[in-house]
Amino acid sequence: MVGTVENIEAKEQEIIEEFSLFDDWMDRYEHIIGLGKVLPLISDELKQDDLLIKGCQSRVWLHANLEDGKVLFTADSDAIITKGIISLLIRVLSGQTPSEIINTDLTFIDEIGLKEHLSPTRSNGLVSMVKQMKLYALAFRTQQNNPS
Amino acid sequence: MSELLTDIEAIRAHFPILSREVNGKPLVYLDNGATSQKPQSVIDAISHYYEYENSNIHRGVHTLSQDATAAYEDVRKKVQKFINAKHDHEIIFTSGTTDGINLVASSFGASLVRKGDEILITAMEHHSNIVPWQMLCERRGAHLKVLPISKEGEIDIEAFKKLIGPKTELISLVHISNSLGTINPIKEMIAIAHAQNIPVMIDGAQAVHHMPVDVQELDADFYVFSAHKMYGPTGVGILYGKEELLNDMEPYQGGGDMIKNVTFEKTTYNDLPFKFEAGTPNIAGGIGLGAAIDFINSIGFDFIQAHEAELCRFAVSQLRDIKGLRFIGTAKERAGLVSFVLDGIHPYDTGVILDKLGIAVRTGHHCTQPVMTFFEVPGTVRASFAVYNTKQEVVKLVEGIDRVKRMF
Repeated sequence: MVGTVENIEAKEQEIIEEFSLFDDWMDRYEHIIGLGKVLPLISDELKQDDLLIKGCQSRVWLHANLEDGKVLFTADSDAIITKGIISLLIRVLSGQTPSEIINTDLTFIDEIGLKEHLSPTRSNGLVSMVKQMKLYALAFRTQQNNPS
Repeated sequence: MSELLTDIEAIRAHFPILSREVNGKPLVYLDNGATSQKPQSVIDAISHYYEYENSNIHRGVHTLSQDATAAYEDVRKKVQKFINAKHDHEIIFTSGTTDGINLVASSFGASLVRKGDEILITAMEHHSNIVPWQMLCERRGAHLKVLPISKEGEIDIEAFKKLIGPKTELISLVHISNSLGTINPIKEMIAIAHAQNIPVMIDGAQAVHHMPVDVQELDADFYVFSAHKMYGPTGVGILYGKEELLNDMEPYQGGGDMIKNVTFEKTTYNDLPFKFEAGTPNIAGGIGLGAAIDFINSIGFDFIQAHEAELCRFAVSQLRDIKGLRFIGTAKERAGLVSFVLDGIHPYDTGVILDKLGIAVRTGHHCTQPVMTFFEVPGTVRASFAVYNTKQEVVKLVEGIDRVKRMF
């Protein structure tokens, strides 16, 4: 399954199209809240302090592993809107190669009107989460290039 | 004296920002505990200073410097009168409440706190009134003692008496809690501490704009506050300290203005208040603070207290009926704010949706993480009031929360 994943741009485009159906902020947020509610993104035993990214307001847990050259992410948050946005980020980034993850700038967040959530002042943990996702990707790429 | 300003619409008209829209909705600003909005008179005073008076104060012989010095020093006298200090040299300009606390922690600490001594604070302090003392205790080998609070968010006076000991060197506590709204019985607590000759510092950041403060009547040894929460600009605050204590303390920072004579061998320090005011101060900010005090005086505390108490009562009565809403902080004596959590809805989520409705509240731990830990919540939603807030705005908040509840 991992091998048939679309690339990051295609995933982003898919989400932009999905969000273009909504006329106002209310519908957009209801959709995000829906996404946040649906998914148990990370198993409880992974909600440990060493996987915790502390935002000032909401907390984010992030776990990553490498399978067949692709990075698989799972993550969670105690705030639903944060969790909804996490599920979008995971849809785009999980299953991609380390290099693709390192090089993306995730423009879709801006295009679907959620840029404010990735502003450092929001302190919801999302900025640190994206940074952490890229760090994992970087670590995996280094690992691939220098197999011990 | 001219007639007092007691009409809310007239008061609101002084604040240009209150007529703007946020996310297409009229702004409902309920984050006054973080910072208040500024009236036109404060904005004008700052602009006027830069347009007509700007120059460096003290020591300049030219007219501009003389005028700026006079304007700045007039504010010191205005602050003295505002909190009824005995002397104007007991009024030290700082950059804000945090700066004032750090000044006392550093200077008082350097002079009077030794290994094994104790500093006493309460469990409802802002991080600004925790961390400087922790740092001091670490430096000096002293101990930080914390007075617990009840589930209502109140201090227990008997526990307070028991916690004071022969090693207690200083007590620092908040006048009105920024996360719970509790008004602490500081006059009584100061009297208890003074019976054992222990000085008390009061963090008045959330108090000076809500109620009249008389430092002599309270007999506070130190009282600190910020201009920006009382309709003035950011970057300026006040440390009031009793003359004899300030005289006993080491200077905080070295530099210009705080010296009498400098040689490479020895520097002699300036007298109060300048001993604690190294470097060029925030002159424009100080002048803005003066205008903010004039603004408060133009309304008067009788009206401010009555109006804000009515707003708080109304907010509590309206919010109480919301199913799943729990107040955090239910002290009998409260002022300025309501803090609450919604069952099953994270404060961050609540804040995001309220913002979309043009309602500015604060969500999170409000820089009082130990309070959040005590109440076992990740944070709260806090609506904090100023004199320009209205019951209609409270109604909008309640409607906003209903909307939030429907969405989650």
